[in-house]
Amino acid sequence: MNVAYEAVIGLEVHAQLRTQAKMFCACGTTFGLSANTQTCPICLGMPGILPVINRQAVEMAIRTGLALSCTIRSQNRFARKNYFYPDLPKGYQISQYEAPICEHGWVETYVNRVPKRIQIRRAHLEEDAGKNIHVSGSSHSRVDLNRAGIPLLEIVTEPDMRSADEVVAYLKSLRDILMYLEVCDGNMEEGSLRCEPNLSLRPVGQQGLGTKVELKNINSFKFVREALEYEIKRQTKVLDEGRSVQQETRLWDAEKGVTVTMRSKEDAHDYRYFPDPDLVPLHIAQDWVEELRKTMPELPSARQKRFVTEHGLPDYDAGVLTSSKPLADYFEHCVKLFGQPKTVSNWVMGELLRELKNTGTSAANSPVSPERLVSLLRLVEDRTVSLKVAREIFPELYASGKAPEHIVKEGGLTQVSDEASLEKMIDDVLAKNPAQLAQYRGGKEEVLGFFVGQVMKASGGKANPGKVNELLKKKLAG
Amino acid sequence: MQIGKEEIEHVAKLARLEISEAEREAFSQQLSSILTYMEKLKPVNTDEVEPTATVLEQTNVFREDKARACLPVEKALANAPESEAGHFQVPRILEDR
Repeated sequence: MNVAYEAVIGLEVHAQLRTQAKMFCACGTTFGLSANTQTCPICLGMPGILPVINRQAVEMAIRTGLALSCTIRSQNRFARKNYFYPDLPKGYQISQYEAPICEHGWVETYVNRVPKRIQIRRAHLEEDAGKNIHVSGSSHSRVDLNRAGIPLLEIVTEPDMRSADEVVAYLKSLRDILMYLEVCDGNMEEGSLRCEPNLSLRPVGQQGLGTKVELKNINSFKFVREALEYEIKRQTKVLDEGRSVQQETRLWDAEKGVTVTMRSKEDAHDYRYFPDPDLVPLHIAQDWVEELRKTMPELPSARQKRFVTEHGLPDYDAGVLTSSKPLADYFEHCVKLFGQPKTVSNWVMGELLRELKNTGTSAANSPVSPERLVSLLRLVEDRTVSLKVAREIFPELYASGKAPEHIVKEGGLTQVSDEASLEKMIDDVLAKNPAQLAQYRGGKEEVLGFFVGQVMKASGGKANPGKVNELLKKKLAG
Repeated sequence: MQIGKEEIEHVAKLARLEISEAEREAFSQQLSSILTYMEKLKPVNTDEVEPTATVLEQTNVFREDKARACLPVEKALANAPESEAGHFQVPRILEDR
């Protein structure tokens, strides 16, 4: 009865390349313009048009291929993929078929802190289709071709993943790489990064693959996980009941949290690929590749390793900080000004990241600049304010954009370190708590913490805790 | 080489062509005869020949990555059989891709 199954998952990712102009024409690539205002005879598929390859798109594909440790193909041709759909004006999509520009690479990722390598089968250049819009209750659909012709890099893995966790980890690593390279903005909600997993189950230990289902319509990391977990459960149930999984394409319905049949194998497309006669061959010489290799930025995995060796950070900190290029840049900017990488890391991963997440802001646009954060750290370091107060005013610093010195002055938050004031507070606290005092004198030394807490409370968090500790011990001993 | 009526039907469906029974019969014969004629090339030894996709010697024709002005929406939609609110209008699409 209860056979244990293993999921076998591969992923196709479509990444919109961040070029100024489209793949084969000079239309712009801006997201969210009013419908059909970003088109020309070429991307509309008018008769007699001739596409011309955008050089920048090719360079972005090569740089991505290098980052994914791929072989870059020297002899390239574009092919026509033929099918009819309202969002495809020419009746074919210009793509690459048997000879993709990048092949045989890999992405190194961490799944629950364990390293895992996902093989990349291929990555090829193609053009995006337009967008169909469904008007509820209408007998018609609408088409917006602003997106038609934007360059896409389709990145295909081997079926190397075994769980939703692994897929999410791979997808995050891939997205980080694309964003570090500045070839894709990585925005899944806006559709500039789209993923289509394929998934099959097989009994644990079996070598051969089960029947594969493709999933579409997934536009967030959360939905990737949910859709895969749902689909693993669904297929397990089908197999447990002695039925067989149908080969098909299923759509993720985010509202209902289920996948539904979209297209069965019988309706599968027959694309009749052939070389596009409108485009001359694309030859990529080794010199060109080497020239581009020199422009490669430090990639997330290398930067993570460097944060550990150069800044002495724990693996975990290094991983969080390098997951986004702006955040890593922010961190390094602060360290350059202040040193003390671990202190900076605690603030960036804690206070700053929390506010950035709450407000949906990139570190690049943080209202608290690295200079401002460092000013705050200096106030803590020279004991102008306590660590506690510094943490408490951070949200105000973030929301108001004021200088930390200003907030401290306005709020009268300067740390109290002078002995006379502190001693007075300590005397008050000891006088008010005779029972605890007796306990301490009776040998229960852990009561010291209680007294420190009371003094801090009495000072409104402004007392210098080191000083309080020191003075308390002296008093209690005397 | 024989192209049967089923294959004619399949290709017609892919090309969204509606054809009559008589046409199906006629196309089956015509396409079969064309492909049979092409079979004359079969004896030629092409072991050392790369598949030819173009006879042009040019390679690497590029455009620079610069966006230029696009068509105004009225012009983009001018040839559309139906349009509404700045969009092409098509019969209702039941399933999305």
